Amino acid sequence: MGQDTPIDKAAVMPLDDIIVEIRNMTFTRGTRQIFDDISLKIPRGRITAIMGPSGTGKTTLLKLIGGQLNPDSGQILLDDQNIPTLNRRDLFIVRERMGMLFQSGALFTDMNVFDNVAFPIRVHTDLPEEMIRDVVLMKLQAVGLRGATALMPSELSGGMARRVALARAISLDPDIVMYDEPFTGQDPIAMGVLVNLIKKLNQALGHTSIIVSHDIQETLSIADYIYVLSDGKVIAEGTPEVLKQQDSEQVRQFVDGLPDGPVPFHYPAPQLMEELMEGGVFK
Amino acid sequence: MILDKLQRLGHRGLSRCAAFGRSGQILFQSIVARPAPVMMFPLLIKQIYFVGVLSLVIIVVSGAFIGMVLGLQGYTILVDYGSEQAVGQMVALSLLRELAPVVTALLFAGRAGSALTAEIGLMKATEQLASLEMIGVDPYRRIIAPRLYAGFICMPLLSMIFAVVGIWGAALVAVDWLGIHSGAYWANMQQAVDFREDVLNGLIKAVVFGFIVTWIAVYQGYDCVPTSEGISQATTRTVVYASLAVLGFDFVLTALMFGDL
Repeated sequence: MGQDTPIDKAAVMPLDDIIVEIRNMTFTRGTRQIFDDISLKIPRGRITAIMGPSGTGKTTLLKLIGGQLNPDSGQILLDDQNIPTLNRRDLFIVRERMGMLFQSGALFTDMNVFDNVAFPIRVHTDLPEEMIRDVVLMKLQAVGLRGATALMPSELSGGMARRVALARAISLDPDIVMYDEPFTGQDPIAMGVLVNLIKKLNQALGHTSIIVSHDIQETLSIADYIYVLSDGKVIAEGTPEVLKQQDSEQVRQFVDGLPDGPVPFHYPAPQLMEELMEGGVFK
Repeated sequence: MILDKLQRLGHRGLSRCAAFGRSGQILFQSIVARPAPVMMFPLLIKQIYFVGVLSLVIIVVSGAFIGMVLGLQGYTILVDYGSEQAVGQMVALSLLRELAPVVTALLFAGRAGSALTAEIGLMKATEQLASLEMIGVDPYRRIIAPRLYAGFICMPLLSMIFAVVGIWGAALVAVDWLGIHSGAYWANMQQAVDFREDVLNGLIKAVVFGFIVTWIAVYQGYDCVPTSEGISQATTRTVVYASLAVLGFDFVLTALMFGDL
């Protein structure tokens, strides 16, 4: 894959080659409806971003794709396999095709960096230890942490932990890698490193990347296709260029980072003067 | 007002039923999803170390002191009736039938049970359990099952160690300090203790308590709210529920085992 501009990518976007398709999915948690009859398609081999304000259910969407949650209705198809209908055993088999980078890294705290990355390989393959060592070192080399094999997770910085988690997520060369808020809480250097890594690994390994994020600039710079979620619906979709030109007030507020708009700055409350004039003590 | 209270009561009842269902599911899945022996063995050994070996100090020290107190109290009471020679018999029966399984289970709930809950709860809060699932590894198989089995295995052993150390502690006080004849102490004990009636029943109690405490501990950890407050509440619940369950089941088991006397 060359260094295409976003517009070029839009022109060649193979929306007919879909790896994950969500059809008319509704999901409710308690009394709150998180998704209301949403449908979306994730193209194979591309970087697709799921964006939207906090609390819109972006991480929940990844959990639904990974089968950690079940929708109330609708289908989540991974190459024609409907994830919510799979039994526990088949679900674990399907998950071998997925890698996930959790927001916290989710490294196993009782294992060092090497064992964390080797864990999925040891569990799912019968490779000899010599070969596992080579694979792990290659994965760690790809994320720039080959020298950190002996470190424990508690000895890693936040950015390093996420890179180790990324190496673990790609250790079995999955078809899909899901990134849950990969840039949150990172300093500019770590963020730049992660942005580059996600892009380069996607190009080099050819897997499908799904990024959930609300870091607009970083995500727009690497995503091929973007869905914007709000109030349980897809409110906009398209390439980064298309999204930047959207007129919708909701999309503009999110993309331009405006503090007030359809997503209000103030939590619903009576008028300030009215409340101040009431007097008394806080109850 | 009354309707509100009824509604709250009903809601609480339903959530308790749901919790029972979830705990049963965890138990069933862990037993069904037992890992293959090659994978299970190292995980089990590691958990036996954490759950059992690391509990040894508190069990041995408590056993020694409780035995010493029993010896002292037994002597003080029995000496008034000129029956101080029966201290060995009294100590052995108290420890084997009741004190060893019950006190060991209470200490086990406080030391190992709370540690299990906190560990599993933290794994949940730091998304390690979710991460295992996404790697395609069943957490019931990898995390819960070895801990459950380690609890079943360790509790009876710890209870026996407690009883042995307690009897030794009582001998230290009654024989070496208070001067009861050692032959009388050990002979009375040997004569009074029946293997099936006393030792085996005590062991059965320990197995049941080990099962209850470990089940409560792993369930509370797995089902906790994954926040610092949620984990602390789950840890407290483990100790409280496990202690109450042990005491309650102790009465039931005692009634079943010795009720016809």
